[in-house]
Amino acid sequence: MDNITGIAGNKGKGVSSDAEVEFQSTSKGGIEIQIESKVKALYGNHIHKLAEDILRFFQIKNAIVKIADTGALDFVLAARLEAAIKKALPEKKKEFLLPMLDENLNGSKKEAFRFSRLYLPGNSPKLMLNAGIHNPNGLILDLEDAVALEKKHEARFLVRNALRNLRFYGAERMVRINQGERGLEDLEYVVPHHVNLILVPKCESAAELKTVDEKIQALRTSNNIEHPVWLMPIIESAKGVLNAYEIASASENVVALAIGLEDYTADLGTQRTNEGTESLFARSMVVNASRAAGIQPIDSVFRDVSDMEALAENVKRSKALGFDGMGCIHPRQIKVVHDNFAPEEGEIDQAKKICIAFKEAKAKGLGVVSLGSKMIDAPIVKRALKTIDLAVKMGKLEMDWESKEIEK
Amino acid sequence: MKKYDNLVKNAVGRMVPTQINGEEHIPFMGVGKYKPTGRKFGPRISTCIDYPEDGNKLVENLKEALVKAGLKDGMTISTHHHFRDGDLIANQIFDIAHEMGIKNLRWFPSASFPCHAHLIPYLEDGTISRIEGSMNGALGKFCSEGKMDGIGVLRSHGGRYQAIQDGEVQIDIAVIAAPTADPFGNANGVNGNAACGLLGFALADSQYADKVIVVTDNLVPFPAIPWQIQGNYVDFVVKVDQVGIPEKIISGTTQVTKSPDRLLIAELTARFCESTGLIYDGFSYQAGAGGTALSIGNYFGEILRKNNWKARFIRAGSNKYPVEMLQEGLVEYILDGQSFDLDGVKSMRENPNHVWTSPFTSYNYHGKGNFASLVDVVVLGATEVDVNFNANVVTHSDGYLLHGIGGWQNTLFGKTTILPIPLFRDRIPIIRDEVTTLCAPGEMIDVIVTERGIAINPLRKDLIEKAKNSGLPIKTIQELKEEAEAICGVPEKPRLSDEIVAVIKWVDGTIIDSVYKVLP
Repeated sequence: MDNITGIAGNKGKGVSSDAEVEFQSTSKGGIEIQIESKVKALYGNHIHKLAEDILRFFQIKNAIVKIADTGALDFVLAARLEAAIKKALPEKKKEFLLPMLDENLNGSKKEAFRFSRLYLPGNSPKLMLNAGIHNPNGLILDLEDAVALEKKHEARFLVRNALRNLRFYGAERMVRINQGERGLEDLEYVVPHHVNLILVPKCESAAELKTVDEKIQALRTSNNIEHPVWLMPIIESAKGVLNAYEIASASENVVALAIGLEDYTADLGTQRTNEGTESLFARSMVVNASRAAGIQPIDSVFRDVSDMEALAENVKRSKALGFDGMGCIHPRQIKVVHDNFAPEEGEIDQAKKICIAFKEAKAKGLGVVSLGSKMIDAPIVKRALKTIDLAVKMGKLEMDWESKEIEK
Repeated sequence: MKKYDNLVKNAVGRMVPTQINGEEHIPFMGVGKYKPTGRKFGPRISTCIDYPEDGNKLVENLKEALVKAGLKDGMTISTHHHFRDGDLIANQIFDIAHEMGIKNLRWFPSASFPCHAHLIPYLEDGTISRIEGSMNGALGKFCSEGKMDGIGVLRSHGGRYQAIQDGEVQIDIAVIAAPTADPFGNANGVNGNAACGLLGFALADSQYADKVIVVTDNLVPFPAIPWQIQGNYVDFVVKVDQVGIPEKIISGTTQVTKSPDRLLIAELTARFCESTGLIYDGFSYQAGAGGTALSIGNYFGEILRKNNWKARFIRAGSNKYPVEMLQEGLVEYILDGQSFDLDGVKSMRENPNHVWTSPFTSYNYHGKGNFASLVDVVVLGATEVDVNFNANVVTHSDGYLLHGIGGWQNTLFGKTTILPIPLFRDRIPIIRDEVTTLCAPGEMIDVIVTERGIAINPLRKDLIEKAKNSGLPIKTIQELKEEAEAICGVPEKPRLSDEIVAVIKWVDGTIIDSVYKVLP
């Protein structure tokens, strides 16, 4: 038998918390593991043992394994070695899984806040490790645009292991799958491992989304998964915009509809600007379709990660258009996004007054709410109640604000 | 002669030799416990009639100066590190010594840099027998692997001054590279191509060395003003084409960090200081030039601005960030120990409230007080901290020497010392059961700020109380350690031999720990 080699992972300049693993299947000579690592003095034996465990799990008796490690955690090392083994020996079908973190067993609610969701390249462990400590509402492990074609295979193992063993610090666990057939295959690597939400890129029709949803439901059934797996389709084309409502209402698992403006503006043959005039129609369509379907409209990412003021302006415009959240491509954007989606002081004050007036009117059995000499319409009351709810949930207003207000 | 002998267990439980390189040393006895008596070291009496009446001390070149200074086997040669990695002079001294066949020199720099890897062949062939000063990069590796003839001695900036003042280290020849000097030997760091701001690290050397050589590439007629180094201490002046490489003198790394994780640590540090009342109108702080420390300075600035407060002074290695705060009026004085960029140098040259200092004013153990203990908030780094808050700043967790002590031990005497550090670096947890090398006893460290939580030293009950309702993630140091190990796994102990290659001095000259040879 010829020696067959599989390589997975990254090394070289700028790479850390990762490993490149070269697996060579041999016909004799037993197992040989070579480790080159900057943490060898402290974790050399540990890495060696992990590699041995994995080889034993796959019933490999003869192989040369070369590990070039830059401080990868176990789940990263395991993903790299498994990917390398499966590249060399595609007939190996078992999955090597480390015990799942208890904290990653939680589900997410349909109406959870999705102000911010941080994109993480699915093949870059370094960016994953501390992402959760910046408190985004969601963390997206991206298998699509952020992963080069030749890395698509190995990224699936890393994303799968991350879903199980990365700490998300309360963020919703999201994965953006690839388009089409590859995306459906991606689902096999993520649905059984407690993903909360799947982002479906470049979605153009309800039928496309239904295919994804059906595959998810099939995987849920075959894996006995009880928690829901939500969907967030991303509209990124002129056709998608026109089909926004049918997409938004394609399944009860759709919780939000996002727009991706880079591809959309390219599709239109125009340039993306900070002001966003060119995408006003599309953004309004997405907001309108989402509201009609009773789900959250989510805005595109803001590309300039160094300009926080421009980002803040952008978030304010987004909120004014009716969006409920926005994508982030850098952890420092998260706070700006949260702060600017949160209700402003004046907004909260006004909402408080309306709420109190509403309750008084109700108590008196009045059908009409009035504030001073002004009549307040029902939709305004509804919005005020939502603002209060939001302000409390974002820590901008105390839970018992009403009793304090009455004391005054 | 044995390299070291007579090991004893010191007050922090570390085994340290009391005989090193043939000299007697005292083990660490506890903070503030060691008080030597007697008189300070006195340099030889000189007489002005032995020096040219016209004040011209110029000699042909560095070699001639060294020969005239009596360079011979076994001498102690000192240099300063204000030129950082752009230093061109230290290497030349030993090139000359090597060429002259001189052996067994002790190099006593205020710090060494990667450019000094040039000296490794001289350590190998016996031109230099040992380094007493920081060792990092290739020199750190050389020493850590036990290849140096003598035992390395690492001292803080203040400890270096102490060792010179009490005669523990007697300098035979001090070579002071200067950006500007006159033929009399007056010198400064504020003018010239190699401008580095100040020459404070060479001050003790100028005052106590037997012979003093000033080397400059910018010779001006008498008087060179300001005279940070006074010509009255100087024996010889040498003019060379270039003393240092300006772009390497001015460190390129002094930028606010862009790392989101480090920015988060900086933000948490500032919020901690704000919510516990450590920042107030008229407060003072010490911040280093690292990316995280600079970012903390920015957050401090925001807090001062918001409250319409002023800091009374910043103790600094200065660069454009504290300088901007000085210009904006957020701080009244910068007391500067070294300048890291041209904004720092320019400000020192032009702004009377940007004052140069030396280890004498700031850190000196044998002074009648020093500034270090007057600072409210001190922000420092560390390579490791243990569960008792003991900290390491010189070795990596694998045992290799990688940093000098610098002013680190000295600034610990500030009122509140905070270490903002990531919980782990490349998988290696920073909080350990025991530090590899103990450079400071835990009682000196008040707060550890990591991206995943803040630990307050149980000795600081006041801070624990004040931080209670801050909304900040306050945890115990044990909890932080466990959190890191849950993520990274429990590290093995590094493989170290029991052979000592260097010792760490405490600020008072006693030995606080030993550095062991790394097994490759």
